[in-house]
Amino acid sequence: MSAEVTKTANESRPSNLSRQRLLRSLLPAVSLVLVLLLIWGFNPRAISYFGLNLMLNLAIPIALATIAQMCVMATNELDLSIGAFVGYVACVTGTFMATEPALAFLMLAGGIVVYMLAAVVIHLRGVPSIVVTLGLSFFWGGLALLIRPTPGGVAPEFLTAFLSWQPPFVPLPVVLAIVLALSVHVLLMRSSYGAILRGSGGNERAIRRAGWSILKAKVAMFALAGFFGILSGMLLVGVSSSADATMASGYTLLSIAGAVIGGAEFVGGRISPIGAVIGALVLQLASSALNFFQVPFLPGGRIPQEWQVGAQGVFLILILAARVLISRSSSK
Amino acid sequence: MTALMRPALELSGVSRSFGAVRALSGVTLTIEAGKCLGLVGHNGAGKSTLMNILAGALRPDQGTLLFDGQTMDNVTVASAQKLGVRCVFQELSLCPNLTVAENARVLHPSIKGLGWRKRAGKLIGDMLDRIFPGHDIKPDALAADLSIGRRQMVEIARAFTVTDGGQLRLVILDEPTSSLDATTARQLLAFVREEIRTGVSCILISHMLGEVLDYSDQIAVMKNGQLVATGPVSDFDRQSLVDLMSGGEHPDRGVHARAAHKFENAPIAVRAERAGRGLPFIARHGEVIGLAGLAGHGQTEFLVSVYDAAKKSRSEIHVDGEVCFVAGDRQSDGVFPLWSIADNIAVNSLRVLRNRGLLARSLEHALAQKWGSVMNIKAPSLEDEILSLSGGNQQKALFARALATTSSVVLMDDPMRGVDIGTKLDVYDIIAKEAAEGRSFVWYTTEFEELEYCDRIYVFQNGRIVSELAGDEITEVGVIGSSFKDSNAA
Repeated sequence: MSAEVTKTANESRPSNLSRQRLLRSLLPAVSLVLVLLLIWGFNPRAISYFGLNLMLNLAIPIALATIAQMCVMATNELDLSIGAFVGYVACVTGTFMATEPALAFLMLAGGIVVYMLAAVVIHLRGVPSIVVTLGLSFFWGGLALLIRPTPGGVAPEFLTAFLSWQPPFVPLPVVLAIVLALSVHVLLMRSSYGAILRGSGGNERAIRRAGWSILKAKVAMFALAGFFGILSGMLLVGVSSSADATMASGYTLLSIAGAVIGGAEFVGGRISPIGAVIGALVLQLASSALNFFQVPFLPGGRIPQEWQVGAQGVFLILILAARVLISRSSSK
Repeated sequence: MTALMRPALELSGVSRSFGAVRALSGVTLTIEAGKCLGLVGHNGAGKSTLMNILAGALRPDQGTLLFDGQTMDNVTVASAQKLGVRCVFQELSLCPNLTVAENARVLHPSIKGLGWRKRAGKLIGDMLDRIFPGHDIKPDALAADLSIGRRQMVEIARAFTVTDGGQLRLVILDEPTSSLDATTARQLLAFVREEIRTGVSCILISHMLGEVLDYSDQIAVMKNGQLVATGPVSDFDRQSLVDLMSGGEHPDRGVHARAAHKFENAPIAVRAERAGRGLPFIARHGEVIGLAGLAGHGQTEFLVSVYDAAKKSRSEIHVDGEVCFVAGDRQSDGVFPLWSIADNIAVNSLRVLRNRGLLARSLEHALAQKWGSVMNIKAPSLEDEILSLSGGNQQKALFARALATTSSVVLMDDPMRGVDIGTKLDVYDIIAKEAAEGRSFVWYTTEFEELEYCDRIYVFQNGRIVSELAGDEITEVGVIGSSFKDSNAA
């Protein structure tokens, strides 16, 4: 009903709305800078080549999982299995990749096929995605435990070699984050089929009426999610050099939080790959930042470890509150 | 039919059922190339079904479609597109999260590869320039950021775009002007006539009978899934169309102005004196007040501010009693799509439906039954889902929701948009009856005929009230004159 406003408001409306959109899209970047400044304030040495390497190398698997989640969210669905799936991929990678690479790749490719089948079931049978993916999360978790009942395994050599590469000037995790953000941005935001993929989340009927297959779009997005989930699991093994069935169980919620911080919404096909990657980095840095904070009245002057998850929550609330304030300020 | 007249599309014996409901039965219709066919009928008469069949979105159960003399067996959305059939659907079908250019691309699979955004943007931008000269829509604007009227303009322009030697054969416009103001509506209809001269055919579905009579070459009238009349436009006039559509149910009920009432002594229900917003606004108990002017000039905003003022008093607007709101955009502001009809009606009255603090199902049921029958909602059961109703009946449910409350002021935000004339006449009667019992109605409408039902009207321009008309002053000339007044002089 507020779609029709006065003419004077109409004229200022597009610029008003686009300014709001600009502010909102800058929000993840601003949060990232703020977190980095905080860390720098407490410990300037942390913002260095090696400091960033150390703080961010665990952020890249999370960023990949976040991108996977974002692909699913673009179709108005939600993936509650991504954490378990990343754990499964990690167990496959840590157990078979070094000795039987062909088998390992087959098992991982199977993961993508299952993701695509899930999309088919969700679309054709109308089963809510949270039901299907919740079920799948137990499926992946069980498989991972079968493959690797106890933590262990080895990271394949090519992964450790790749992750120990030190590019000049810019730490590897930063390079990876930029490459990931830009390539997914081109894929989903700039390509012509990307418009169809996002449109299927925005107005499914409109896309169908224009003659496109929604099933195909959904399957494509879920396949992408599976693909990025696999990259996430493999890098996670590379970083931590061993595998464990539950090592990524926190990723499900982290990926949702990261995507939302980055500007994605649960319905309407609104996504931002660059924002999602930044959102994942912010979440990871926010928990690292706590290690540096000096709080005089606490024992040892440090914030205890067990508060770190809570701190991630506080950051999430602050960023989302800022987003709501931006939306509200310009609608007034 | 002379030899020159080449049929673009012939339908014969087309039928389609949804479960037990026969939406179309045996429709036989010819659409000639280079002609505009006006299609009128109630909501639920089968127009949308017919349109979806032509667009390839639905398969007919029986009957044949001849396109350019060739039988089309399996029309799909894609093959209809290829044949040059385009539809502008009544519910807007743009993707809100995509830009105008990206939305244009959705319709044209051939726009791809490097530079596709520029090409798509130019395609839609050029067409907007042709149809709506002077528009201010940028190809890189997000559809969600555009007002409903601008979104409709984009959707219309998109339907007329062609790429790669494709040809436009038939454009189906379903209520294309329902969200447009008079000027843009005229631009569109003039453009349609121009396109028709190049051999394109057009089906114009509209509840604005004047529009259909003025801009069509032929008219087809539908009722209950059947064609009840077809012929050249000269065979019809407004009254005969109303009679055909309503099947004589409302033989004498054309459009009549409300009998003049005197309200000077009635207590004031709403008083608004907004600084810098033109004339003061006063609505007395029992009055029906119309808000006129071009679409989107602050009428909806005014209604919202009155609504807010009733909840939280404001210095500029005083409201006596409770208010309720009948939304115009029922998809986004009106219905709860997953709820039953009864729940949708009762939701604003929950406070009086309590029994010992809990919701009493029986009271709720009784309330819904009462207002469902007052509004004459056509449904097998009020426990059915609201989306099982036709658009007009959904709107009736929204009226029932508002009238079932104890509110003394009813705010209406162009609630009759795209509603069939039978429903409209029913609702007009109920408004008159409720007003006689002391309720006030503040009614924003984009249709001039509805203003004739009002006791007084306020004309809006650029968010300001520029004039007040009462009684005999309420004429089309008077309203349009006020709407286009020089704002400095007002």
